[in-house]
Amino acid sequence: MMQFMLLFSRQGKLRLQKWYVAHQDKMKKKITRELVTLVLARKPKMCSFLEWKDLKVVYKRYASLYFCCAIEPEDNELLTLEIIHRYVELLDKYFGSVCELDIIFNFEKAYFMLDELLLGGEVQETSKKNVLKAIAAQDLLQEECDEPKGFLEELGLTTGS
Amino acid sequence: MPAVKGDGMRGLAVFISDIRNCKSKEAEIKRINKELANIRSKFKGDKTLDGYQKKKYVCKLLFIFLLGHDIDFGHMEAVNLLSSNKYTEKQIGYLFISVLIGATNDLMKLVIQAIRNDLASRNPVHITLALQCVANIGSREMAEGLSVDIPKLLVSGDTIDSVKQSAALTLLRLLRSSPDIIPMGEWTSRIIHLLNDQHMGVVTAAASLIENLVKKNPEEYKGCVSLAVSRLSRIVTSSYTDLQDYTYYFVPAPWLSVKLLRLLQNYPPPEDPAVKTRLTECLETILNKAQEPPKSKKVQHSNAKNAVLFEAINLIIHMDSDPNLLVRACNQLGQFLQHRETNLRYLALESMCLLATSEFSHEAVKKHQETVITALKTERDVSVRQRAVDLLYAMCDRTNAEEIVGEMLEYLESADYSIREEMVLKVAILAEKYAVDYTWYVDVILNLIRIAGDYVSEEVWYRVIQIVINRDDVQGYAAKTVFEALQAPACHENMVKVGGYILGEFGNLIAGDPRSSPLVQFQLLHSKYHLCSPSTRGLLLSTYIKFVNLFPEIKNTIQDVLKSDNNMRNSDVELQQRSIEYLQLSSIATADVLATVLEEMPPFPERESSILAKLKKKKPSSVPEGTEMKEHATPKLPAAQMSNNVTTSESTPPTTINLMSQGESSTDDMIDRGSPVGGSASVDLLGLGTPTQTTAPSSGSGDGLLVDMFDTLTTNTSSSLPSTNGVDMGLTGGADEAFKKFICKNNGVLFENDLVQIGVKSEYREDLGRIWVFYGNKTTFQLNAFCVDVNQGALSESLSIQQKPVGSEVEAGAQVKQQFNMACVQDFEDAPIMSIQFMYCGAQQKIALKLPVVLNKYITPAEMDSSTFFTRWKALSSPSQESQQIFKATSPMDTEQIKAKLIGFSVSVLEGIDPNPENFVSAGVLHTRNQQVGILVRLEPNKQAQMYRLTVRASRDKVAKILCDLLQPQL
Repeated sequence: MMQFMLLFSRQGKLRLQKWYVAHQDKMKKKITRELVTLVLARKPKMCSFLEWKDLKVVYKRYASLYFCCAIEPEDNELLTLEIIHRYVELLDKYFGSVCELDIIFNFEKAYFMLDELLLGGEVQETSKKNVLKAIAAQDLLQEECDEPKGFLEELGLTTGS
Repeated sequence: MPAVKGDGMRGLAVFISDIRNCKSKEAEIKRINKELANIRSKFKGDKTLDGYQKKKYVCKLLFIFLLGHDIDFGHMEAVNLLSSNKYTEKQIGYLFISVLIGATNDLMKLVIQAIRNDLASRNPVHITLALQCVANIGSREMAEGLSVDIPKLLVSGDTIDSVKQSAALTLLRLLRSSPDIIPMGEWTSRIIHLLNDQHMGVVTAAASLIENLVKKNPEEYKGCVSLAVSRLSRIVTSSYTDLQDYTYYFVPAPWLSVKLLRLLQNYPPPEDPAVKTRLTECLETILNKAQEPPKSKKVQHSNAKNAVLFEAINLIIHMDSDPNLLVRACNQLGQFLQHRETNLRYLALESMCLLATSEFSHEAVKKHQETVITALKTERDVSVRQRAVDLLYAMCDRTNAEEIVGEMLEYLESADYSIREEMVLKVAILAEKYAVDYTWYVDVILNLIRIAGDYVSEEVWYRVIQIVINRDDVQGYAAKTVFEALQAPACHENMVKVGGYILGEFGNLIAGDPRSSPLVQFQLLHSKYHLCSPSTRGLLLSTYIKFVNLFPEIKNTIQDVLKSDNNMRNSDVELQQRSIEYLQLSSIATADVLATVLEEMPPFPERESSILAKLKKKKPSSVPEGTEMKEHATPKLPAAQMSNNVTTSESTPPTTINLMSQGESSTDDMIDRGSPVGGSASVDLLGLGTPTQTTAPSSGSGDGLLVDMFDTLTTNTSSSLPSTNGVDMGLTGGADEAFKKFICKNNGVLFENDLVQIGVKSEYREDLGRIWVFYGNKTTFQLNAFCVDVNQGALSESLSIQQKPVGSEVEAGAQVKQQFNMACVQDFEDAPIMSIQFMYCGAQQKIALKLPVVLNKYITPAEMDSSTFFTRWKALSSPSQESQQIFKATSPMDTEQIKAKLIGFSVSVLEGIDPNPENFVSAGVLHTRNQQVGILVRLEPNKQAQMYRLTVRASRDKVAKILCDLLQPQL
């Protein structure tokens, strides 16, 4: 079972964090700091797997973003790399050639998409088509119910929200 | 600003842009504080916010939180969003709650209510949102509140596929966090059939849930084996099925395949020959495919393909039954060892470690020794080199030990600091384990100290001393070698310690050579003295006093050193005291006394190498289990010899100063510690606390006064039967019951009537034990002709009992105590009967009791990790090694009480081993004079039925049954 997934930039900025086991916020920050430092210090040709405490860390870099997962000893490292890849593919397909900014500005979408792929730290749906279908359905629902937003909302904007 | 997808929350996008434009951390914080103030006022304001605004503000708060800032409001607004009819508002509400609301939040009740409403709605997208939220938080309260709804969703015929997928994994999360709450009901029997589901996504999700259930109760879900095999076979072997989108870069359903292969690792190889053949076929196909040319050059293709291959190899190793498959697996991994992908080399080294422990593939692994050594020398990534070290360690045996140890020593000179200590431990273990010639072993350890002295932990140099002391054929060589090593102008302090100890014991063996005459030895050691830490100096002082005994001719020189201000007035109290006491000892004592006090150290009791224990503690996963298993299978010469030495030493207990006992403030103390008389003093001369030893003394409750003991045990007043007059061969009433209470404890009241109260205190150490029996006279008259007789019957072969005399009178109101020493020679079943006779007011009284000595007292608890436990468990599978009972609980099934009983039974309580946290697993080592017996215990409570299943396995026949019978009535 995956214990958590972190997305961070080359500068060490955390872009997404998903925890499948409960930790205190303080602990989460500590773990994140530790892993970000550890992974950023590694050289390009090095192995994508590390032992870390009693877990295995699997990471991969896509452009400016590092995707880093902690899995349990009996989990499959290579397939975890492919979970990362599938997630990247999903983001890519949805945003149309995804970049770091997409994830920053649409962070909620990135979380929704991850919940379709993985649930409770296990793979839920590996079919790209099915996940995208689910997300598209969500977007459709949004459009349906968001129609009457109109001027009130624009008003909210101008008052400096 | 990039396009915002879906419904745009422009305000949010603007805010994010603002944050990104902040030039400094301070500006960012300022901007955030402004925003927080704004949101707070909106939430508090009179104007009611519409859903959209609430959503937007909640989303902003979430963003701020994810930036790493604390958020202390907005939770209520988020909870309000949950009951919105608009999907997007609901969705943001759920996201905020999943990320920000801890399981203990006060609002959880409201959240659970909202979840329940959504689960009951007919709208699948709402149901899915609610399920995802439960899976993300997975709190106990949620498990309590939703334990019925979710299983129902999973097996209901109306539920659509995607909801089923979420329900399966949500349920899995709750089973993991609160296994005791989720009811196992009708749904569990239907669950394994989900492996047959049409929808691949459903099978993929369900497979994880099923594996969790299987881990708890393999027997109940046994049917999943054939289902999993046939599903796997349909994916792997058929060439025509189109899995459509579940084919990932030309690899059919890799995720499901891996999950199925993992599921099967919870079972032994299938019994049904048809299923077995089909599984073998699958595994062979997977191995064959690895040889086929890749269908794509993309790394995703090879990763997915190899992920399945490695999982298949894991299953092959797990089944450990088909030599053909094992060797093929090994050859495949051998190819990967030289693959250009670092990831594959890493994984191949790791998997090969496991293969090395199988008897079928151990030889095949050894063929790759050269490649692995090259990897050790040339890999650029330290994590890969680490794997290479692990594999060399695992593949080492008697035939290649010398070469592997040599290579590891060579590598150690340039090894990464991060892995040096572990390497030192591994080299030390291998050298000891496979030493044919102990001179080689001594050389290796001294080399270790020379090359990596800083990383040589105490365990390592303690161990070399233990071994040299226990083996007289190597003592002269060791003395000569350390003498030479000490010649180096700069040598590591650990070398001085080892050198000092060994020369202090065996310097006489090389004193004949004028180049290493007593004076030269002394001067050599003393030349290092001033460079050493106080603890090493203390050790050297002990060496010097030993020299006084070995070499009377240099006594004056040594006395001068002891007398020097630097020692006699040293600010370190330990050194000062040693100097003064040793000086006195050397001046006052006669040669005979000196020779007795300073005699050569007696051999150490044989036990598991403390180095191994240390390595396990350091890195449980890196100690291949198989190596130890093999050790059990073929006991090696040194172990046997050492234990022989131990028994001879027991018959003539020497009194000797232990050079290493640091921190003992007086020489008397040290002398006492050094004498293993009847097991009373610590036989652990080096003070090496292996885990078993440190926990053992805790079972005795210190030196509590007998009176206290009686006070606390007033509940135990057995019906005061009048003592029977005349001859009575049977036990006195109540004796058997009282006796049973001592199975899990050491102290208490054994018997009480109107005349006497008989209490017991006992302590055990490995195969030795002592019982003090306290006879208290409750009357106002003297008891005369008091005598106690122990009848061992057929036990005398198994238990050697030595009974100390007891006075023939017990005064009114007084108490006398009697000591029994008992050594366990081999396993035994019955307890010895003690008959107590005395005259009370002229009437003959007789009481017959069982002396509370039971086999489990000679167990010491053992710690181990889960893979060790299961490897050993499986190794003890013959019927005579196992005893199992299923029985009704006789006392409340309270977890803490059960733990206390197991600990009282002298076994460990191992956490996190059994997949079902309700179960208890324990381990221990039974010490008898003849052998040590490994004990494993598994206790499975069934609270509903108030029943237990108790399984005991032991490495010696009959022992399991004896222990099982002893433990069962305690529960």
